[in-house]
Amino acid sequence: MTTITDPHRAEGFRVSQLINDTRYRSYTFQFIALVCLFLAFGWLINNAINNPVLQEVGIDFGYLQAPAGYDINQQPIPYTSQDTHLRASIIGAINTLIVAFLSIVTATIFGVIAGVLRLSNNWIISKLMAVYVEIFRNIPVLIWIIIIFTVAANTFPPISEFRLPRDGSDPDRTLLLGMFAATNQGVFIPRLTFGGMGWIIAATFIASVAGVFGWRAYARKELYEKGRELPVLLPALGILFLPVIVVNLVLGGPMGLENPEMGRFRFEGGFLLRPSLIALWFALSIYTGAFIAENVRAGILAISKGQTEAAAALGLRPGRIMSLVVLPQALRVIIPPLISQYLNITKNTSLAIAVGYMDLTGTLGGITLNQTGRALECIMLLMLFYLTFSLAISAIMNVYNRSVMLKER
Amino acid sequence: MKKSVLLGTLTVAGMAAAGASAATLEDVQARGSLNCGVTTGVPGFAEPDADGVWQGFDVAVCRAVAAAVLGDSDAVTFVPTTGKTRFTALASGEIDMLARNTTWTFSRDTDLKFDFVGVNYYDGQGFMVPTDLGVSSATELDGATVCIQTGTTTELNLADYFRVNGMSYEPVPIETGAEAVQQFLAGACDVYTTDRSALAAQRAGFESPDSYMLLPEVVSKEPLGPLVRHGDSEWADIVRWTLNALISAEELGITAGNVEEMAAAAGDNPEINRILGTEGELGSMIGLEADWAKNAIAAVGNYGEIFDQNIGDSTAIGLARGLNAQYTDGGLIYSPPFR
Repeated sequence: MTTITDPHRAEGFRVSQLINDTRYRSYTFQFIALVCLFLAFGWLINNAINNPVLQEVGIDFGYLQAPAGYDINQQPIPYTSQDTHLRASIIGAINTLIVAFLSIVTATIFGVIAGVLRLSNNWIISKLMAVYVEIFRNIPVLIWIIIIFTVAANTFPPISEFRLPRDGSDPDRTLLLGMFAATNQGVFIPRLTFGGMGWIIAATFIASVAGVFGWRAYARKELYEKGRELPVLLPALGILFLPVIVVNLVLGGPMGLENPEMGRFRFEGGFLLRPSLIALWFALSIYTGAFIAENVRAGILAISKGQTEAAAALGLRPGRIMSLVVLPQALRVIIPPLISQYLNITKNTSLAIAVGYMDLTGTLGGITLNQTGRALECIMLLMLFYLTFSLAISAIMNVYNRSVMLKER
Repeated sequence: MKKSVLLGTLTVAGMAAAGASAATLEDVQARGSLNCGVTTGVPGFAEPDADGVWQGFDVAVCRAVAAAVLGDSDAVTFVPTTGKTRFTALASGEIDMLARNTTWTFSRDTDLKFDFVGVNYYDGQGFMVPTDLGVSSATELDGATVCIQTGTTTELNLADYFRVNGMSYEPVPIETGAEAVQQFLAGACDVYTTDRSALAAQRAGFESPDSYMLLPEVVSKEPLGPLVRHGDSEWADIVRWTLNALISAEELGITAGNVEEMAAAAGDNPEINRILGTEGELGSMIGLEADWAKNAIAAVGNYGEIFDQNIGDSTAIGLARGLNAQYTDGGLIYSPPFR
């Protein structure tokens, strides 16, 4: 027996063993696959090197310093058409982050609500949520973006009805409460303005946010150590807003609201939510919200019913059972797929071009690429940005995941 | 086995390299059809008709080249391109030529490595507004919302025009002309700007064209013409002289109706004879048959006929010849001599 299985036999190694011997076979196939992979990449690289157009044009990022020459409507930081392509790209990147952040927040809210309600005992509510989930996740998000954009352009009141008629009569429509106007050129809302002392108010607000977290930690400590239950919500709201209001009054009211006012063609001042942003934000939120709802439902269903019953037997109210017993355990199931939904939202923001939202794909990967013809360079920068941003989201969410993971002691 | 894989790879790589550098004329002849990039649809310039057959002013240039090269004006595969995709399509070899309202600019000719072979329409950028906006000049547009096709020279001209005049505006970038028109009609923008020819063409297709007007300002020079890739001068010559043949044909009175008769035998005018191949060897100088120009003119007519059929006064588009009249009539359309 031992002589048969002995690997160090005198016959030595035969080439046929590479295929016939299970000890070597997997290595053989892996090696062949590796060689094929290298050859495929080598062929692509060789093609790129030999491409006559590429040889002539070369790779050069100098165009980023040239004036862009085009205008961008949504400008989180100041920009004129005389600024560089680099600055235009940065604006695009910030716009991408804005819509990704807004969509992630609202998609999570929609998803959690829909996921919990789909498990409701109320037949109508649970079926409504099922319909929402099935309709929205089974139609491509690009279609949703275009539908919402078209509907917004055609159903919101035309801005011409808000214009002051030249004969001096009253316009057909006026601002709601003197502050808001939903028009087919966007939704106009008031803007917060800060005077010269604005930074003091901002600093106060940041301190207040820290204060809220401090109060929460104190309340928890009291509960665990002395068994005393402190209210959290009302004091937190007070800590958040009272200091800001007081500081504003002390400084003589530098903080104010700037209302939109009708100009020659449209509202001047205030803040404009453009139809492109609304369409993209809303479409990404409801679409991804449907997926998140399913993640949440899966997470809750993964918690054994015994947990709920045991908590009820201890006398906990249903809301507390959900927040103290079920959700903390369900989070362990929910978070990992939630990360990929957040990544999906971030990557799907690149569909912005369909409605002319000036995100990174619209500026760097769109107009800049087209006006300079530097396709390879632009696409490489685009890939670099999306990769960096997605990895950053993954990293942050993984840290959070670790904090809610089952801790084995 | 390893050797054969390596050889196979080398063969494939070699073929790919050869394909990239081969002459476009041979490719087109071997394929038996011309891949021509056009717009996704601008009435009068390039649009499929009710039967799905592409018709229009730019389409006629494609058909003329196909007739000159292959002897068949239907041997064209039309590739619709957007403002964004057109240059990539041409540079990558997906299309052999681009006839798509493309403005001849310095950087496109040099930096993007294309060759513009001529101008088939002298255009300029204009503005269209609803009449009830109460605007009669572009200088009154301070603060207006403007729809633009993104990735075009119009985007840059617009930025320059408003900056130079010290006005502000809200740009609404849109991917294709058709979507831009939809947004404009829905009132999502007050102004639509693009080349004046396209504005006139789009306006002709509106339900109530009289509710919209073109503002008098022309803010840019937009010489539109067909273009090909850098580096294949023989192919560029073929497209250039096909266009020139159409222009010369109008000047010399050759029409689709009389071209067969004129080409049957050498006539009195030596230039007509040289164009139609009854005298001299012009066809073989660009690697084509002697009757190349005759085929092109017979298929689509001369420049004036193409203009009148697709975008002229008698059509819904109703553009006047203006700058696009022959130089003999005070326009800019001028072909170098066939000699």
